[in-house]
Amino acid sequence: MTPRNRFRWRVMRVLALCRWLRGGTVRALRLGAAAASSAPPSQDSVTVEVLDHLERLALVDFRDAEGVERLREAVRFAERLREVNTEGIEPLDSVLEDRCLYLREDDVTEGNCTAELLKNAREKVEEYFVAPPGNIPLPELEERDTFLKGS
Amino acid sequence: MFSCQHSGFLCTTDHLNKVILAPWVPVVGLEIHAQITSNSKLFSGSQVQFAAPPNSLVSFFDASLPGTLPVLNRRCVEAAVMTGLALNCTINKKSLFDRKHYFYADLPAGYQITQQRVPIAVNGSLSYSLCIDNKMSQMVTKTVRIKQIQLEQDSGKSLHDDARSQTLVDLNRAGVGLMEVVMEPDMCCGEEAAAAVRELQLILQTLGSSQAIMAEGQLRVDANVSVHHPGEPYGVRTEVKNINSIRFLTKAVDYEIQRQIKELENGGTVVNETRAFDSKLGCTVPMRDKEGKQDYRFMPEPNLPPLILYDAKSLPANVNHQQVVNIDWIHERLPDLPSVKRAKLVELYGILPEHSFTLVNEDGLMEFFEDVVKRTQMKPKKVIGWILSDLLSHLKQHSLTANESPISSFLLADLLNLLENGDISSSAAKQVFEELWKGEGKTPLEIVKEKQLELIQDQEELEQICQAVIDEREKEVMAIKEGNKKVINKLIGLVRKATRGRANPLLVKQILEKKLSE
Repeated sequence: MTPRNRFRWRVMRVLALCRWLRGGTVRALRLGAAAASSAPPSQDSVTVEVLDHLERLALVDFRDAEGVERLREAVRFAERLREVNTEGIEPLDSVLEDRCLYLREDDVTEGNCTAELLKNAREKVEEYFVAPPGNIPLPELEERDTFLKGS
Repeated sequence: MFSCQHSGFLCTTDHLNKVILAPWVPVVGLEIHAQITSNSKLFSGSQVQFAAPPNSLVSFFDASLPGTLPVLNRRCVEAAVMTGLALNCTINKKSLFDRKHYFYADLPAGYQITQQRVPIAVNGSLSYSLCIDNKMSQMVTKTVRIKQIQLEQDSGKSLHDDARSQTLVDLNRAGVGLMEVVMEPDMCCGEEAAAAVRELQLILQTLGSSQAIMAEGQLRVDANVSVHHPGEPYGVRTEVKNINSIRFLTKAVDYEIQRQIKELENGGTVVNETRAFDSKLGCTVPMRDKEGKQDYRFMPEPNLPPLILYDAKSLPANVNHQQVVNIDWIHERLPDLPSVKRAKLVELYGILPEHSFTLVNEDGLMEFFEDVVKRTQMKPKKVIGWILSDLLSHLKQHSLTANESPISSFLLADLLNLLENGDISSSAAKQVFEELWKGEGKTPLEIVKEKQLELIQDQEELEQICQAVIDEREKEVMAIKEGNKKVINKLIGLVRKATRGRANPLLVKQILEKKLSE
């Protein structure tokens, strides 16, 4: 990827995050100020609840105040794009939109590399990967040893 | 037993001999995942095969190793277009791929590539038939709307080892192409859901886009069930998973409807949850491992540009044909769908619609029937009786398909010819059928000769036997002479026994009547 494309891609990801933050998916966090598209972005959109939710969903760890501030900066930065009037314009969702999606013939060309794949596994049982019995949900905020508790 | 009356609101529920007339409207919607029949997977070149050594059909992309990218399989696109066309959908000439994120051990990438925003096909319909009141004689046609069809990846398989508190993961299935068919909640009971799924199964098998064998996991059905009072908004719905056959689908849906009604009538509420069907207990249970409402964080798949499909008009001039999927080209080559096959059977052979339904419904039976009709002088309307009562009942008893029948279409045609020519009686024919079923390699003619089942052609011999029966059965003869005509059937039966099915019943009746009137 060219440096320009990499930049565009990073911006897109942050924009997607902004869109998500603003969208109604996180029901508990509907903020009147943030809903109005013309209102200036408020720093309060990145609350403890949002961060906890993000940590739970994406299993990221914001580590410390600096990490959270970096997130706020990124959100602030991306929101500047809202200064551009995009009414009636199709959103860009792929920098490859002018390319043709390549179609592959239905031939078997890969596979049969069990040993190689299992080399990555810490534990294996007779050529199966081994995983814990089920998803272990992240403990609630109170029980976690995380920086967020202090905020 | 549930019976839905489609004039509107009333549903009668008959549960454990208690008839409850309750104004509840059950609402059933289905999400069906059909595994695409293809050599390789949706986005990689590893093989698609049922039952292979664990993790042997897995490429680096399927294992989600860094540095790998998805490459779309053309055959999967064609399969989805065929299915969309067969279900009367609008094919989106531009469709997009998205990522649906969730964590599970059998989803190595942490997301599934699917089509959430703009799927490949939308707004279709599926027509299916139901028997009213379990009688094959009355069928009603219903329609369910198809919301959309989308292409997506399958996940791997998890084998839970509770004893050692671990899960074993096999990624052979990870990345296999699926078509998700989303049906609108237009159905109201388990029977409708089952009929709709059966019809979809037949369509997919006819198209060849999926073999749709539920037992092998090639067709997976999740049911969304809710109940509400007529005129009120839809109730809270639950999702029922782990349904492994069409029979279980009916049971699961009906059980869940009952459960929700009971819950609400007892003042409780229905929780929006996912439940699993326990086939042994015949009930639905809440599924473990539910972490509250999932947030899938849908985002566009950045590695795949939009999928563009063409038709005859929009086809670009100088283009590599291998890179082009032409909707019109596919449309022209669609095979006859089940509904068309049924209509043709009725028109060609003069059989009843219900008969054509069974012929198309049972694997290989239609071909068997047509084969027999070709080789015999017997009229199709008579042949169908032998196929649907004698042959089919034997097949069902032994869980065989028509292709596995010990009696081939040749042999059955031979037998029916003997019957049609008047060489044997119909009861003798049934005896020969039983012999043929043993599959000992004898022809009908050989069996007839061996067991001496030919119709007695000698009039005198017949008269002698009839006379003997009359002489024996004074009581019955008296009854007939006194006016009870029906008793003659008993005498005919006795003659048949005495001749071991070798007497033409009509002829026997004539002879007896003549003798008795003397």
